[in-house]
Formats: sequence, C-alpha cells, structure tokens
Amino acid sequence: MTLTANTDRLLFSATPHSSVEFPARLREMEDVKGSDGLGDTELRLGLPGTSTATRSAKRALPEGDEESHDELRRTSAAKAQVVGWPPIRSYRKNSFPARKAEAEAEAEAEAAAGLYVKVSMDGAPYLRKIDLSVYKGYKELRESLNHMFQCFSLGELSRREGGSGSEYAITYEDKDGDLMLVGDVPWEMFISSCKRLRIMKGYEARGLESRKH
Amino acid sequence: MSEERSDMSEDEDGGGGVEQKERWGPSQGGGGCGSAKSRGGVWTDPPPPFSDQVLENVLENVLQFLVCRRDRNAASLVCRSWCRAEAQTRGELFIGNCYAVSPRRATDRFRRVRSVVLKGKPRFADFSLVPLGWGAHFSPWASAMAAAYPWLERICLKRMSIADDDLSLLAFSFPFFKDLTLICCDGFGTHGLAVIAEKCRHLRVLDLIEAYLEEEEEDQVVDWVSKFPQTTTSLETLGFDCVVSTVNFEALEALVARSPALRQLRVNHHVTVDQLFRLMVRAPQLTHLGTGSFGPPAALALQGDVMEHEADLVSAFAASKSIISLSGFRDVASQYLPAIYPVCANLTTLNCSFAEITADELKPVIHHCHNLQKFWVLDTVRDEGLQAVAATCKDLQELRVFPLNATEDSEGFVSDVGLAAISQGCRRLRSILYFCQQMTNKAVITMSKNCQELVVFRLCIMGRHLPDHLTKEPMDEGFGAIVMNCKKLTRLAVSGLLTDKAFAYIGKYGKSIRTLSVAFAGDSDVGLRYVLEGCPKLQKLEIRDSPFGDPALLSGIHQYYNMRFLWMNSCKLSIRGCNDVAQRLPRLVVEVIRDRPEADDETVEKLYMYRSLAGPRNDAPPFVKIL
Repeated sequence: MTLTANTDRLLFSATPHSSVEFPARLREMEDVKGSDGLGDTELRLGLPGTSTATRSAKRALPEGDEESHDELRRTSAAKAQVVGWPPIRSYRKNSFPARKAEAEAEAEAEAAAGLYVKVSMDGAPYLRKIDLSVYKGYKELRESLNHMFQCFSLGELSRREGGSGSEYAITYEDKDGDLMLVGDVPWEMFISSCKRLRIMKGYEARGLESRKH
Repeated sequence: MSEERSDMSEDEDGGGGVEQKERWGPSQGGGGCGSAKSRGGVWTDPPPPFSDQVLENVLENVLQFLVCRRDRNAASLVCRSWCRAEAQTRGELFIGNCYAVSPRRATDRFRRVRSVVLKGKPRFADFSLVPLGWGAHFSPWASAMAAAYPWLERICLKRMSIADDDLSLLAFSFPFFKDLTLICCDGFGTHGLAVIAEKCRHLRVLDLIEAYLEEEEEDQVVDWVSKFPQTTTSLETLGFDCVVSTVNFEALEALVARSPALRQLRVNHHVTVDQLFRLMVRAPQLTHLGTGSFGPPAALALQGDVMEHEADLVSAFAASKSIISLSGFRDVASQYLPAIYPVCANLTTLNCSFAEITADELKPVIHHCHNLQKFWVLDTVRDEGLQAVAATCKDLQELRVFPLNATEDSEGFVSDVGLAAISQGCRRLRSILYFCQQMTNKAVITMSKNCQELVVFRLCIMGRHLPDHLTKEPMDEGFGAIVMNCKKLTRLAVSGLLTDKAFAYIGKYGKSIRTLSVAFAGDSDVGLRYVLEGCPKLQKLEIRDSPFGDPALLSGIHQYYNMRFLWMNSCKLSIRGCNDVAQRLPRLVVEVIRDRPEADDETVEKLYMYRSLAGPRNDAPPFVKIL
C-alpha cells in the first residue's frame, strides 16, 4: 500500500486546524465506522460465527423499544466485556468488595472463553492455573506442565505407558469427582470433563491404571 | 506507594539496556565490543599492552562516576578499551526485556554488578492478553547471577515469573543482599518470602508492588513475618499490601518495633485501624505509610469502642511529623478521614485510589494538601472533586484517576469538565492517566496548551470508539494538539473514536515519543505507517484491535531494531507478513501467540516481536510459535 503523492503533500503542509483532504475512501470508512469491517477485529466472547450487537447496542436505540433495549443491553453487556478492556489490572478490579462480584463474573466470562483448571503438585505448596483450551493435545499439555513444574527439579513427568523409572504421573479429577490418569480418553473428551489436574507420585497413580480396567 | 521508582513505571532514558550497546543493523553480525568475541559472548580478547592497561585503569576510575545508563551506553561505544572499562565499572544492570540477551552473555560482559533491574512480560499481560505460562521466568537469571555476582545487593523485577526456589537461591547466594523489589510479578508465595526474611540478614527493602502471589491452601501459608531476625533489623522499606493472606500481627508489630530504620511501610487490608495505630506508635519516624483497612474494625464496632479508636488514630497521625506519602485506605469509612488532616500539609504523595469517596468527602482533605505532587484517586470524587484538586494542588505533577466500574458501559463519573479544570489549576502537570466515558476535543486541547510540562498523557475513554460527546467528531484533534503542543511528551496512550488522521498527527509531531499504546483506533494501514515512519524515538509500541495489516507491519522494517518491542493483537496480520519480517530481520524474535488451537494458521491473533541478541528462546510454550 502506498500513499499517493497528493495525500502526502496535502497532509504535511496543513496545520491541524485547516481541513485536510483525505482520500474519499478514508472518509467513507469514517462514516461507516459503526457497522463496518472493523467487526472482524473485534474480540468477542461468543462462539465464532455468532454476531453481537455490541456497539450498536450502546448507540441510540428506538425510543419505544424499551424491552428489547433492556434485553439487548443485558446481552450486549454480558458479551461486550472484551478481554482486558478497559485496561485495568485484575489486582485493582479485585480490590473492591462491592465490585468483587462483578469482577468475578467478568473473570468467569473470561474463563468461559477458556478452560481454566487448577493444577496441583504433590509436595508443592501452591496451585497453578492453566487454560486447557490453548493446547492441541496431550503432548503439548505435558510439555507445558513440564516447563511449569521444572523449578521443582523433579525431572520428566512420566508418560502414560508407564514411564521407565520417572517419578511423577499426571492425573485429573473429572466431572464425577473420580481421579483418572491423563491420557486415557480422547483429548476432546478430556478437556470437557477435566475439572482439576493433579500431579502425583508415580506409585500412587499405578493404582488408577489397574482400577480403570 | 513505591511508584516513585520512576525508572520502572515511566520510560527510561535512551532506550538503554544491554542490547543498545551492541551495534544494530540488519547487516551486522555479532556487534559489540571486542572483535575476538566468540558467538557465545565469552571474552576472548588478548590482554592489552601495559600502557593501554594503565589507561584503562585510569578510565575505570573516571567512568565509575557515570551513573546514567544512556551515558554509559554512549561511553561503551567509543572504542574497545572504553567498552571494557565501562563494562568493568557498571554497577547497575538494566535489562528492559529479559529475552533480549541471554543471562550468560550479560553476566560475562558486566562483571561487577551490584544491582539488577529486569523486566519480563509485555505490559498487555496485565490485561489478560498474554496466556498463562508464556514465559519471563526468573530462574535462568537467578542461576546466572548466583554464579557471577556474589556481591549483588539489589534486584528489581517487573512482570517476571518467580518461583519460591528462585527466592531461596537469592537468599543463599547473596550474603550482602539488601533490596528486593517485585512489581507485577507472579509465581511465588509465602514460602519464598519466608526464606528471604530469614536468610537475608542485611535486608533493607522488601517491596511487593501488585504482585500476584500463588494461591495457597490454608494450611500451607507460611508466617513469613515471624522469620525476620529477632535482633534489630536494617529494614527501611516493607511493602506487602498485595499479599492476600493475613500476616501474624504480633510478629509484625514486634518487627516494626525493632526496625529503627523503617521509613516506608505498606500493610495489607487485613490490618485494621486499631492495629495500624499500634504500628504507628512503634514507628513515628515513618515517611511513607500504606494503611490497611481504614474503616471501623467489625469486632470493635460491636463493642462500641469505635470512638476511642478514632481518637487514637487522630493522635497517631498528629504525632507522625515525617509522613509525606499516604496510601491504602481500603474499606474506607469517611468519618476516619479527618484523622489524616495533621499530615496533609506535608504530603507529596496521596494514593486514595482504593477508597470510594465522594467529592464532599475529598474536599476537606485535599484542601489541606498544598504540597501534593502525586495524586491517585477513584473517579467517585467526580468532576467536582477534581475541581477541588485543581484549586489547591498547584504543584501537582502526576494525576491518576481510576474508574470504580472498569466496564465499557459503566456510567463514568468524571468527564471533560474535570480534565479541563485540572489543566487550569495544575500547570506543572507532567503525567496523567485518566479514565472516563465522556470527553471532548476542546478539553484535551486546553490541557495541551496549559500543561506544557506533560511527559506522559494517557487518556482512556472506556467506551470503545466513542467520539467527542458534544460535537460527535473523532478525537483526532485533541490528541493531535497534545503531540503538537507538548514538546516533552514521551509516552502517549490514545482512545476514543480515532481515524488515521490522529496517527498522522502523531507521526508528524510526536518526535520524542517512546511509548505508544493504541486500542480500537485507526482506519487503515496508513495509520500505523504514519507512526512507524514518523516517530524516530519509538521504543515500545503496543496495539490492540486496530485495522493494521501486513503492509503496515512491513513499513516499519527500518525501525524495529531501534525498538524494544512491538505488540499487536487482534489486528489484521497474517502469517505471511510476519514471516516476511522475520526473514528480513534475523536479529528480531518474532513470536506468534496462539489463543485457541482451532484458530486457523493464516491469521495472526497475537504478535510479539523484539530485538534480541539471544535468538529464539528455548522456553517457549507450545502455543507460542517463533518464526
């Protein structure tokens, strides 16, 4: 894309208060800003393919349409919470008890866009959180967990096939509260049923494998 | 409120950092001083002849007086001898991007470092735009420094992931360790704090600023405050307002009592006012105080002791002659505010941005604060409150107005009226961060004319794409006036409805701009191009949800080696454009960060690229692709 020579000259000889002739194309885009191709740069929380009436919901709506206005506002308020906007750190958002409920709802909405599960590791004093939805499969998940818990210098997490002398196994708690070994079920099924991950010592996990059968 | 560390929250001068000293250019190889330097950055120069050695020694004695990073960078470029001498005398190492250089290379070159400042994740990580586990691990740096800098005294980290083990390593490796400041860091917990408290016997500063401690199970929380040495400590600064777990108050009180050098104390919200009173009595020499909760303690309210505690609080403040900075004020009860009147006249910093107070509650307080230079507040004080600030605080240099409701369709309690009032009253203003829903070009233009000292202008109109609420025009003219009139401006954040015209202004007039933040703005590639071609000092550019695509990205090829980083998310970039840049600029690390696995491989959702001497990092998680 190149600027035409005309535009350059007009632009840079003008002071901010004189009118600058921009190419007609740009002016057009200004006019249609409300409904335009900026839509595809908008971050939405809905599934891809759904449309949201976010911006138009905030603009003037037909006066008599109170009911649908309210509904639209409600749905757009829920959907229009774009991730990370306005740019306020969660530390601040969580600091107001009255707003905490809102902040939590927002966090939930954010989390709904992902699949956040807690990961605990036996022997480690605290929990981590990961977003399962960014991984393509078990391999990537293992790699990430390896990275994450490397600071405990505990070596490779064991593979499902019953690692050769490695110490740790990855297990998860499913919807029914059962403890299962990670890797048994197809990935899609796993991410929809996994509620929490737990990295435990290999010998403890061996029981799980036999229990399953 | 330790944001007084201007080198962390504002831009640093001269785009410093280790990488600046190596010669940059697309055609250059390793760069840097020492022609015999091997790929790994290890010095292999033969020792200089005797007379040169003498000269270098003399030079070292002179160079040790150079403190400013930019000066040191310049000195190191003079010749190899100067480069060596400078490397030997650099006491503070500043690394603006932890991935721009390997820990080994940095520690090999600078051998006598006593203080390290290290920054990790890009700023947009604060707004959940960088997925968990992205990187910025402190561990490799901790290991390298433990081996290279036994005399290390100070570490300051920003947006790094730190493990408790790293903190242990610090505590055991640096016997003279004095100062630990962690800003927006995560990954560690009370275990790590306990080791620091226990082992660092010369600790002067332990300052946690908006750190995100790991969630710990109830029974796992460690009583770290009790771990400080039982003898008199050398503590000068203790800030833990961001620690969510309760601390052992008796231990805290005893610690304060045996820390005669303590000047700055910021407690968390679990500390009640009566407890605060006790701490203040122990430490009347405090200069910076961050209160915990500032309302009636629930237990006492039941006993009817509230009045007595109010009186106690008043007397405590009256006795604190040295306080110049106040913050905290969580859960504030307005009847407690008058307690601080005795110290208001001396205050240079007041942070009540966690206190939901009205204009009427603010006015009597601010009326006393003639010397205020830094003021952080919630928008609940409304335009009226800001007018009161403008009337009294003639020396105000930094103002931040935060929104109570940080949502797009919130009501917004401040507007162009407040901004204009501030610009009328506070002519010496240097830095402003302002969240609002309604703004006009006129108010922004007024500020640009009244506040010629502005260095930082960050305006956040929370509703996306909102125009001037009176004229309905884009906000181009307002921001244009800012860049045109404020000659000292180095940091700018724009918002509201903006066309490419705004970027044309920025490109034309923003010659000193180093940091630019853009969100939901612009019409086409031309906008970004104006900026990349027009702003020679640009260091940090972060853009989200703006219609800039590959052509715009490519128009900045000449600039990227001069910048610390470029972040773009939800724009119109494709993998082809990013690959193009990666191929043309081998010293640039181009990271494409994937949000969802099913996202197609063509569009680039998140791009983070930065110059680096270290090449592609080896700790990238699976959702990061380095081109």
